[in-house]
Amino acid sequence: MLEQYIGAGIMLLVATAIACGMVLLTSILGPKHQFPDKMEPFECGESQLVSPRQRFSVKFYLVAVLFVLFDIEAVFFFPWAILFQRLGVFGLVEMFLFILILGVGLAYVWIRGGLDWE
Amino acid sequence: MEHIPSPTVDLVSLAPVLVLSVFAMMVLLVDLYVKRDKTLVIFISLVGLLMTAISAFAKFDLPVHSFNDSYVVDELSVFFIMIFTLSSALAILLSIDYNKREGIRMGEYYSLILLCTVGMILLASSTDMIMIFLGIEIVSICLYVLAGIRRSDPKSNEAALKYFLLGAFATGFLLYGMTLVYGATGTTKLGLIAELIREEQIASKPLMLMGIVLLIIGFGFKVASVPFHMWAPDVYHGAPTPVTAFMAVGPKAAAFAAFFRVFAEAMPVLSPSWESLLCIVAVLSMFIGNVGAIMQTNIKRLLAYSSVSHVGYILIAVIAKNSLGSSSLVFYMLAYAFMIFGAFGIVILIGRKENEMLEIADYSGLAYKHPLMAISMSVFLLSLGGMPPLAGFVAKFYIFSAAIKEGFVTLVVLAVLNSVISFYYYLKVIVYMYMKEPEGEFQISLAPMTVFVVVIAMVGTAGLGIFPDPILYFTQH
Amino acid sequence: MFHLAFLVPLFPLIGSIVNGFFGLRIGKKAVGWVACGTVAFSFLVTLLMLGQLLFTPAEERLFEQTLFTWMAAGDFNAAFGFQIDPLSMVMMMVVTGVGFLIHVYSIGYMHDEYSYYRFFAYLNLFMFSMLLLVMGNNFLMMFIGWEGVGLCSYFLIGYYFEKKSACDAGTKAFVMNRVGDFAFLLAIMYIFYLFGTIDYTEVFHAAPEKLILGAEPVTIITLLLFVGATGKSAQIPLYTWLPDAMEGPTPVSALIHAATMVTAGVYMVVRCSVLFNMAPFSMSVVAFIGGGTAIFAATIGMTQFDIKRVLAYSTVSQIGYMFLACGVGAYTAAIFHLVTHAFFKACLFLGSGSVIHGLHGEQDMRKMGDLKKHQPVTYITFLISTLAIAGIFPLSGFFSKDEILYHALMDGNTILWGMGVTGALLTAFYMFRLVFMTFWGESRVDPHVHPHESPKVMTLPLVILAGLAAFGGLLGIPLVHGWHALHNWLEPVLHFDMASTLEHSKHLLHEVGRHAPHWEALLIEPEENIWIEISLMLLSLTVALTGIAGAYFCYVKKPGLPDELIKGQWGYDLVKNKYEVDEFYDATFVEPTIQGSLLLWKKGDAQGIDGAVNGVAQILGWCGQQARVVQSGFVRNYALFMVLGFIMLLFIMFF
Repeated sequence: MLEQYIGAGIMLLVATAIACGMVLLTSILGPKHQFPDKMEPFECGESQLVSPRQRFSVKFYLVAVLFVLFDIEAVFFFPWAILFQRLGVFGLVEMFLFILILGVGLAYVWIRGGLDWE
Repeated sequence: MEHIPSPTVDLVSLAPVLVLSVFAMMVLLVDLYVKRDKTLVIFISLVGLLMTAISAFAKFDLPVHSFNDSYVVDELSVFFIMIFTLSSALAILLSIDYNKREGIRMGEYYSLILLCTVGMILLASSTDMIMIFLGIEIVSICLYVLAGIRRSDPKSNEAALKYFLLGAFATGFLLYGMTLVYGATGTTKLGLIAELIREEQIASKPLMLMGIVLLIIGFGFKVASVPFHMWAPDVYHGAPTPVTAFMAVGPKAAAFAAFFRVFAEAMPVLSPSWESLLCIVAVLSMFIGNVGAIMQTNIKRLLAYSSVSHVGYILIAVIAKNSLGSSSLVFYMLAYAFMIFGAFGIVILIGRKENEMLEIADYSGLAYKHPLMAISMSVFLLSLGGMPPLAGFVAKFYIFSAAIKEGFVTLVVLAVLNSVISFYYYLKVIVYMYMKEPEGEFQISLAPMTVFVVVIAMVGTAGLGIFPDPILYFTQH
Repeated sequence: MFHLAFLVPLFPLIGSIVNGFFGLRIGKKAVGWVACGTVAFSFLVTLLMLGQLLFTPAEERLFEQTLFTWMAAGDFNAAFGFQIDPLSMVMMMVVTGVGFLIHVYSIGYMHDEYSYYRFFAYLNLFMFSMLLLVMGNNFLMMFIGWEGVGLCSYFLIGYYFEKKSACDAGTKAFVMNRVGDFAFLLAIMYIFYLFGTIDYTEVFHAAPEKLILGAEPVTIITLLLFVGATGKSAQIPLYTWLPDAMEGPTPVSALIHAATMVTAGVYMVVRCSVLFNMAPFSMSVVAFIGGGTAIFAATIGMTQFDIKRVLAYSTVSQIGYMFLACGVGAYTAAIFHLVTHAFFKACLFLGSGSVIHGLHGEQDMRKMGDLKKHQPVTYITFLISTLAIAGIFPLSGFFSKDEILYHALMDGNTILWGMGVTGALLTAFYMFRLVFMTFWGESRVDPHVHPHESPKVMTLPLVILAGLAAFGGLLGIPLVHGWHALHNWLEPVLHFDMASTLEHSKHLLHEVGRHAPHWEALLIEPEENIWIEISLMLLSLTVALTGIAGAYFCYVKKPGLPDELIKGQWGYDLVKNKYEVDEFYDATFVEPTIQGSLLLWKKGDAQGIDGAVNGVAQILGWCGQQARVVQSGFVRNYALFMVLGFIMLLFIMFF
């Protein structure tokens, strides 16, 4: 019953073997000179000023989430715009409904104060 | 330029979903302008649910398939819509006083319940796996938020987070299962899948079977069956009590409706391969649920475990997969809605602001201070245990006879055995209420709406037990 | 008149509701009136219906009243309906009649109780359920009543809930009964599966045509039914709850645990006599369990010192006799003994209640003695009933027990007969041991207690019951066939045509190409032989007198003798500890369940699940960091379980 998976199975094995082999090879063959500067995390050559693990305002998060939400929904407009003619009246009505619901969401966020920074 | 054919739009079929969505949005917007008093919001929500229930009867000549066979209005879905609107309405009624007491002042609460109900309706009416997935996600996301709505309570937060993490995990299984089934059949439409299976035109049987296993896990998580139940006690415990009651009834019923559609309606021919799996899950749910409930000292956890065992019984209806199975499934969910809302209603009534009184020991001597409440609680618990002539007994009997008819004798024997075991812990609560001296004072303020829910639940539990015939008739025709 | 049938259970229900909800407001006197009045009304309606039934020709004595369709699903149909026929009539008379007397008695006995109303509310509710049980016209109705009486019995056993033992006893009774109910429910399901109906008339009509004599289906059904009966009627192996049930108030012991509820199993077996007749194997099981219980419980009864416990074991033993009768096909004898037993055992229990009442709650027989001069009425009535249970001519127990023994012998099974006779000997012994220790000899009563006779409201029911115990035997005078009123009365219900059933079964077997076994033995009707019967009567009388004499010798003549005899005897200790059956059940069934649950709870829940919720909530304040680690661990655990479940399902699916 599982014969048809033999090929996939072999590929899985080979892939795993190659990945593991690479890791293994680098750890065996690679030169190992360790000094303090090398162990530090770095970004574009700049040394690190503050700890990256610090608190930041939840507002950023909120704005980010809202952005993603509306952004993703706005993406729907592109295929719709391209197929606008072929979708006909049905597409137009649908998109109006879509915008309406989106508008309700926006209104909610706005009135609720989700967009206020302070 | 050729037109892309638009799907068979049938807005009348979709009426319940549309009506409820509009009301949900209305609630959301209206709530922005009322500050403290939520009466208007609640009123709109209840009207919305009522309108939804009415609009469910917009179609005659059932079943009606629309949207390219991905949405159906049939007896099962109409009846489930009734259960959903009922349970949502009861949940909202239960919340009124509870929210006041616990200081939950968010109007989003009500619109979330309504949106969740929209998801449930979609779930119960879908005949396309993509739609089912959509429904499940709508339901789940609303529930994640609802479970964590008491933001200041760490337990509530924890419940939400846990539910979310595990829910996401389970959704992965579900979606993967759907993908595999699609891979095996080349379609997501349940009707087509059924046809392909019947004509033995499945591209790859192992793929299909693998998909079935994953689907069982996905649905099994949503209905909280063993071994995918572990979230249930935690989440039921942590969530606000009305939400717990709501979760135990509405979304579970919706998931069962989809469960039934996918397995009993679309894949009956493959039943030899999934039957045994579901049997094992059902038996495990019954045993683990019951045994787990025995040692609980917290009433909400006790009810959570008991609901796990009830999932086991209800799964038998899916396994029976005959028409009696579907009607017994509906009847059980209705009876279960009354019993659960009644029991949780009492739990809410007994609690107070400083102390929610969730320990079973807190019920000591209730019968002497508040005999009516103790009697109601006993009726709900005994009904959950399957005591004739209450609703729970009729529901169980009905499911068991559906299974017996299909020859699942061992399963029924185990189920009956479990209903015997379950009495032990239901009785424990009754023992505390009737046979222990009161420990502290009960400070019970009889919140009118909560009492109203308990009365409705009482009438439902006793009525469905003594006069089940009209409803049974409806479920079959 | 029959259309009033629904009133019979309705009255006690009303009484229960009135007393339960308004009991505290209307006062003790009114509570008593309501409780007794409603039962009296039921009794009157029953009497009226009895009158009408008497004037109906024997073949037409079956009346069904359907109130409404209870549940109809597909081809399944169960009505909420009643059936009045000679059998249910007998039961209704016993339940309402004896029930009424006990209600009256309770007014006196429970007089000083604070929650008087609660007691009567439960008691009335019990009457309602019991009447549903005996009056229903289908198996589900019987099951409703069956569960209802169990629940009421549970509440009444646990009535003195301040005592932990009472609570435990209640729970034990309920859970043990559930084991029986489990089998009963399965039997109902199986009957529905086979017949497509659960209506008595239809099932019993169809049974001889659909089922094969002695084949598996009917044997399984009857065995399941019988397991149900052993639970309710306290037979081996489910009898241990009944002695513990004596924690309840004494009227409850009299009504529920002697006269009515515990005999429901016998009623059920007799009701299903058609099915049992078709299952010879089940019949012998019934007979041997019954006979075994009769002796087994009697031996324990000889060693107990609690007056009510002795009576409880005696009840277990006497019900064993009834099942013995059922098992040898003597259903009339079973019902006959059920009726007479209801009379004399109710009287005995109420008498013991009167003694306990007179001694302010003392139940230990070692602290009684010489009460006959303090409580003359109680003594006389108690003595009459004891003579009746011991089987002394011409009291009721003599006739009913003798009939059982006669049928056991005529059925050709001398072992069963021997069991019965031994049981009779033991019964006479331990019952007179009870009488002698309580009423005779020297007073060992606590000097601070002054025994007194009970009030009229208690003694009057005693006198009436003693009268019934004395003359109840007239219902079934043996020897002269036409005189056996009960036999003639029940004949239409118990009628069973063995010959044609046999033919039909042979036919059915022939159709599937199998040969019928030799069933001819079933057809042999034992010849009625007056001389055998008379000699048997003399024998059982001798046996009873021997038992009494033995008790007299041990407990009046030489009171020190029993102690000397039993000293250092391990056998005695074993019996006195009730054969360690309770301990055995604890070790084999109760402990593993609790341990299993603890395992789930302690290992899986308290540390894992519970710990996560409570733990996180509490720890969060002072150790947020750690808690977060713990929490993520737990969610991971749950996810791990899901994956394990996935692997398990995969494994099952593909291998």
